[in-house]
Parts: sequence; C-alpha cells; structure tokens
Amino acid sequence: MDNNFDILTLLKEKFSSEILSSETTFDMLSVTVRSASIFSIIEFLKTDPKTEYNFLTDICGIHYPDNELPLGIIYHLHNLRENRRIRIKTFVPLDKPEVATLTSIFSSANWMERETFDFYGILFTGHPNLIRILNVEYLDFFPMRKEYPQEDPTREDKDNRFFGR
Amino acid sequence: MPVKDPHIIIQPEDTDKVYTTLNLGPTHPATHGIFQNILTMDGEIIVDAEQTIGYIHRAFEKIAEHRPYYQVKPLTDRMNYCSSPINNIGWDLTVEKLLGIKTNKKIDYMRIIIMELARITDHLICNSVIGVDSGALTGFTYVFQEREAIYEIYEEMCGARLTTNLGRIGGFEREFSPLAIKKIRDLLERLPGVLREFEKLLMRNRIFMDRTIRVGQISAERALNYGFTGPNLRAAGVDYDVRVMNPYSSYDDFDFVVPVGTQGDTYDRFCVREEELWQSIKLVENALENMPEGKHHVDVPEIFLPPKEDVYSKMEALIYHFKIVMGEIEIPAGEVYNAVEGGNGELGFYLVSDGGRKPYRLHFRRPSFVYYQAFPEMIRGSVLSDAILTMSSMNVIAGELDA
Repeated sequence: MDNNFDILTLLKEKFSSEILSSETTFDMLSVTVRSASIFSIIEFLKTDPKTEYNFLTDICGIHYPDNELPLGIIYHLHNLRENRRIRIKTFVPLDKPEVATLTSIFSSANWMERETFDFYGILFTGHPNLIRILNVEYLDFFPMRKEYPQEDPTREDKDNRFFGR
Repeated sequence: MPVKDPHIIIQPEDTDKVYTTLNLGPTHPATHGIFQNILTMDGEIIVDAEQTIGYIHRAFEKIAEHRPYYQVKPLTDRMNYCSSPINNIGWDLTVEKLLGIKTNKKIDYMRIIIMELARITDHLICNSVIGVDSGALTGFTYVFQEREAIYEIYEEMCGARLTTNLGRIGGFEREFSPLAIKKIRDLLERLPGVLREFEKLLMRNRIFMDRTIRVGQISAERALNYGFTGPNLRAAGVDYDVRVMNPYSSYDDFDFVVPVGTQGDTYDRFCVREEELWQSIKLVENALENMPEGKHHVDVPEIFLPPKEDVYSKMEALIYHFKIVMGEIEIPAGEVYNAVEGGNGELGFYLVSDGGRKPYRLHFRRPSFVYYQAFPEMIRGSVLSDAILTMSSMNVIAGELDA
C-alpha cells in the first residue's frame, strides 16, 4: 500500500496536470490520466528505475455511453522485479477516439491495440498495422460498444424479462 | 563445440530475389487448430509470416455482458479447452475476490488438485505433440492414455470431460467421491512410470534434439517485451510464475520448483513443461495427503446453490435457489483484475461490475493471444518444418487465441 502511495506521489510530481484521479482497489493502484499524455506516462513508468513497470499485462477497452468521454482504454502494467501492478485508465471522446500507440515500447501492444480497435473503434495513432484482428474486415461497426445488443432486438418469440436479463 | 548459425540472413539489397508465397492453414493437419499463416519463402527459408486469427472467435466478452455471473463460467471452458478447470477456477477466484469471499483450506487444496491435474493434461498434450511434429508418434499414444485417465477423474468430479464447468463460486458442488480419489491415487502411481518412458523416448534422443535445439529461439528481453508468460517465458530464463509471485488458492503452502530454461528454444520449452509435469504430480500428491478437514463450500447461501433436497423442503433454500438461478444476487460495484497460472501462462480476468446482475465489462487476458504475435519473429530465417515445431512448442490453443 505504501508502495502504491510512493508511485502515485512520483507520478503526481512528474505529471501533475495530467493525472485526473486515482484510487486503490483490491491492492491495485488505478490512475486515470489524460489521453494526450498516455505515451509519456507509460514510457516513464517503464523506464524510470524507481517504477520500472517493465511488463505490459493487458490493454482493453470499455464503453460508458452516458459519460462525457465515453470510450476508455485500460492498461495493466506489472513490475516483475518487485511484483507491483498498476492500472492506467484514459478516456477519449466518441468523435475523436485517438490515443498514442505503445508499440514502440512494448511489442505485445501490437495485437492488444488491434483487438481494442476491433471491438471499440479506438484509433491508436502511429500503430504499424491497425486493422481488425478477430472480426471480419468488412464489419462496419464496433461490436463491443454498448449500443449493440447481443441478440437481434426485432425478435418477438423471446421476451427478455422472462430470461433474467 | 560452437554450432554455426544455420540461419541465412537476407540483406535488404537482395531485391532481385523471387519469393514464394505459401499458405499454411487455416486448416492444416500440422497446425493443430485453426490459424492461418501466409509465409513468404526464399527457397526453403522463411522470410516473413503474416498471421490471420479469429476463425473461431465466439465473442465471449460480449456474451459475458449478458449473462449472470455463474453463467459466465461455461464460456471460460471453451477458451483453453486443454485445461478448462484452470479457467473455471480462475473465474471463481475472480468473482470471489470481488465479493470478498475467503475460502477455507479444504477448498483451496481441492482446487489445487484439479488445477494441477489440468496442467498435467495441458502439458502432456503439448509435449507429446512436439514429438508428433518431429516424427515420433509413439510417445503421443503413451501419454494420451493418461490424459484419458485424467478426463475420467473430471468425469467423476463433475460429469463432464472436456468442457468441465467444474466447481462453483464459493467452492465445489460436491465432495470428491471415493472413486475419484481412488482414480487420482491410481494415476499418481502410474504416471511417473509413463512419464519416464516418454522422456526416455525423446529427452536425449539425438534426432529430437537436433530438431529442437536452437529452433524458434527467443531471448528473455524479447519474450518479456512480447508479453510471454508461463512455460514459454520460463524457457527463456525468466522465473515468473503467478503461483509463486501472487499465490492464490494456498499455493504458498506447498513446496515446488519453478523450472527455468536458458535458451528459449523449442527444446527448452519442452524440458520446462516436462519438469512442470513432475512438479504438478508432486503438488497433487502433497495436496491429497495433506487435505484438511472442512466443508467443500463456503457458507454463502446467497451465492452457492443449496442442496436440492433443501430446495423442496426449506423456504430459505427455495428463495436462494430461485434468486441464484435467475441471477438476482447482489454483486457489489467495483473492478478487479485477477490472474491465475493457466496452462500457457498468466490467464487474467479483468472484471468491471456496476452492481448489476451481470458483468459490466469482462476482459480475458489470454496468454496465447498475447504471445502468438511473436511467432513471425521466432521463425524468420528458419525452415518450414522448424516453424511447425515452434508453433506446437508454443502451445497456441485456438480457442484461447480467439476467445
């Protein structure tokens, strides 16, 4: 817990205006930052000897349709030497869902970002090959956004109220 | 004796070269799953590879957003179907972490037994398939019998074999039956002999060693940069194991060795998995011997389905039964990331709950998906038959890759 606090102080010192909020849930520090500075923050977290988050565990998207900035990108980083994890979140608007790519510092970000693009339509600027990865190329929407229902909404033979949904 | 690097390095000025394009997959008997690789070849040497994945994408993350928590578990079965109990229990642990349920030692030990049995099946398949791809079918037939025996144990525990849906949030649906325990003990008695025989076939086999040593090599730095986890990362020399780093389910009660390789090649991946098999056998043995007394589930009536007899005779049990089945249970809002050591590496569940009856967002961190992208880099400059071996030694499972 103290460690998390140190990291947060360090981040706030370095990027004071870019940090929007932070919380610690289930022992994991979670920091929300501005989308413009995501690259510099993660590069700092990776290279600075005090933080050294050298392993990119995961990138995924999230969609909050009612928020002002509805599309989120969530990064999980791991410091393997000291076994600390951190979660970085950033949110982008629907009409300009752009965020810098991490492919130059983590090779693993390549497919993770393609997956996030595929499902949420987040554009990673500078990505070498930003095309769909799991869905077909000609799909013209982003299926994990909340406005797309899982089942065909015109179906009449099934009333969702009776299926606990 | 220093071995001369057999790889031909293609210089950028070799522009008048004519390359052949070879389509490997999506359904090819040597790829053990549905992935396509479009290879650019210079004679027999692979210059580049382009991967296409997603042939069996089933949108589990989307489906999970429309299912109550207990109905998400059958989806996890179908990710890494070679070791589905690990996925099942990983999901249980994630939800338990969110709900703040603390399981007792008995449940933890039961879980360890099942997870390690699942790891044994996973590694048995992977290692024997490396043998098959290098031309040694015999070992595969030896160990497949033991995988069958483990599937019979699953069957005894939960009724299913491949897509197990084993355990519940908060424990297990039932105790291990005496027959299940007998089958585990029989397996533990038989498996070391089979494994020794299997190792005798391959481990120091000159042909096998020539085919696998220095094939599909990756350095520790590149492996970390590519997000490798599990046996593939350990073969490159990094001793990261979730079971040791963030012990879950009382793994810290047990003494086991995390094997690491040095070269990060196919042979090291084979050897690391082989050693993990021995460690898993030891873990199952220890957990079975030291199984504490206790109940097979935690006392959380609002999460754990009551026994069927009670549902017919007791009002509370009926209410809870109805609420659980209809997905009306109270789940607190919050977000949690939980990882378990799957057959292929760190299997992570990132779960966001908004307090509703179903997950608001669920993301699976699938190890295969993350590390399979390193495949072109690993096979560049090698021949096609080595690429096949590299792929089988990485143990890429199509279901996990595509989720």
